[in-house]
Amino acid sequence: MEIINKHTLKGSLKSYRNNPFSAFLFLLVMLATVLSFLTLLFLVGYILINGIPNISLDLFDFTYTTENASVMPALINTLIMTALALLVSGPIGIFSAIYLVEYAKRDNRLVNVIRITAETLAGIPSIVYGLFGLLFFVTALGWSYSILAGAFTLAIMILPLIMRTTEEALKSVPDVYREGSYGLGAGKLRTVFKIVLPAAVPGILAGIILATGRIVGETAALIYTAGTVAQIPKNLMSSGRTLSVHMYNLASEGLYMNQAYATAVVLLIIVVIINTISGVVAKKITKE
Amino acid sequence: MTKWKEKFMEFIFLIAACTSVMAVVLICIFLFANGIPAMKEIGFLNFLLGEKWKPSNNIFGILPMILGSIYVTAGAIVIGVPIGVLTSIFMAKFCPKKIYTFLKSSIELMAGIPSVVYGFFGLVILVPFVRETFGGHGSSILTASLLLGMMILPTIVGVSEAALRAVPDQYYEGALALGSTHERSIFFVVLPAAKSGIVAAIVLGIGRAIGETMAVIMVAGNQARMPAGILKGVRTLTANIVIEMGYAADLHREALIATAVVLFVFILIINLSVSVLNRRS
Repeated sequence: MEIINKHTLKGSLKSYRNNPFSAFLFLLVMLATVLSFLTLLFLVGYILINGIPNISLDLFDFTYTTENASVMPALINTLIMTALALLVSGPIGIFSAIYLVEYAKRDNRLVNVIRITAETLAGIPSIVYGLFGLLFFVTALGWSYSILAGAFTLAIMILPLIMRTTEEALKSVPDVYREGSYGLGAGKLRTVFKIVLPAAVPGILAGIILATGRIVGETAALIYTAGTVAQIPKNLMSSGRTLSVHMYNLASEGLYMNQAYATAVVLLIIVVIINTISGVVAKKITKE
Repeated sequence: MTKWKEKFMEFIFLIAACTSVMAVVLICIFLFANGIPAMKEIGFLNFLLGEKWKPSNNIFGILPMILGSIYVTAGAIVIGVPIGVLTSIFMAKFCPKKIYTFLKSSIELMAGIPSVVYGFFGLVILVPFVRETFGGHGSSILTASLLLGMMILPTIVGVSEAALRAVPDQYYEGALALGSTHERSIFFVVLPAAKSGIVAAIVLGIGRAIGETMAVIMVAGNQARMPAGILKGVRTLTANIVIEMGYAADLHREALIATAVVLFVFILIINLSVSVLNRRS
């Protein structure tokens, strides 16, 4: 059986000679694929080749000056921003997923409304979030350009992502777990926290990693909420730029092209790290 | 005691679940409350169909930006969709198992690269490339379309690959059994069966392209005038907001918020069509 289904090179060549149209379709597919991956390779390669020679110790100085265009403050701001946004959005997102999966009745009208609004939130472009952050957190609440305003804006932005991934993770926990827990006399709350949530951790983690990636790459939502000050902020109410905003400023000012290349390398490395971690987590989920 | 705790926590979960509803309501209130009065003051039609944007003369017409967004998005679709769909066919039906994991994670990398990095790449590579090959300034509709076409690739490849994989294997096997080649079976049986998923992928790509801000600003030239040609600069709705929000005041500022309202409505229409498509499939 194996041999019958096996394609040999000679066999496929012959088949393509008899069906030029199929050969044409095959070529089309290959061409597009090569083009897609070559573009990525070119982008990554070009940035690495131009960026790596520009990475120096100066670039990681703790204070930003017009001479070193250091990425260190921006890096630290990115960490603070990510932690804060996840701290706000994580519990809310996980709790709302718990409500949707564990508590809400199926034909609940509220659930439909929540689903629709979460879908809407997921599609809103980041600049609209930025503008809302400017109008609400910065102006109406009077927080001015601050890390806090930026983090809350991002928290709303990543909320649908965390909700959806957590929901899926909770749904994939078999009902047998819940029934077993009830059977042993545990209440609903205890079942959720001690049985269902621990089983769903890898899925929830995957969502949080995805959210981290979005926060790190975000620019448009932050320019008018967290501002563009290139120093480590004194407190959460002062302005500070994240790495992506830093990168945008370097590139659009056009004065620090070498540092911009180096910053792009740092960003790429962070993205690769995030993707690797999420790959590991995903593998763990499928194994279970 | 425990009963009370159960009720209390259920209430907390409910409140958390309502946060997203509250967020959407707040976003709508703040955008519309600031944008609609400005639209009224400028004149609804003057605002939407006005061909001139001159904030210093109190002329606010955003037709150039609406067209800019539409042209750039259309260009991105023309470039990104054929390549993306063909790549997804490769991923789902042609890819040898050995390299699949590697290619899949490459696409995930492509999706994860921040838009500023794409924008920077466009600035240092695509802009000079377009200038030298086609003439003009380099910052143009064409450049922005090329860059956005690249940026929507991972979305289109990911979603349409899933759609192709969801087609039952019998379709493909049936076509083979009737004597079609591998390629014909895929293009004329599997692909049509996955149509609604692929359309959803394209609509998602449109949403991403129309909402993209930073990358477009870096390569599109951003002149606030009617688009004059594929090699001329253009400004999108998103770019209009970012570029001028920093110094705008009074009516100018509100006109920018009204621009965001228009963008928001565009996105709502796109979202609505996605959910209609999803419900149908």
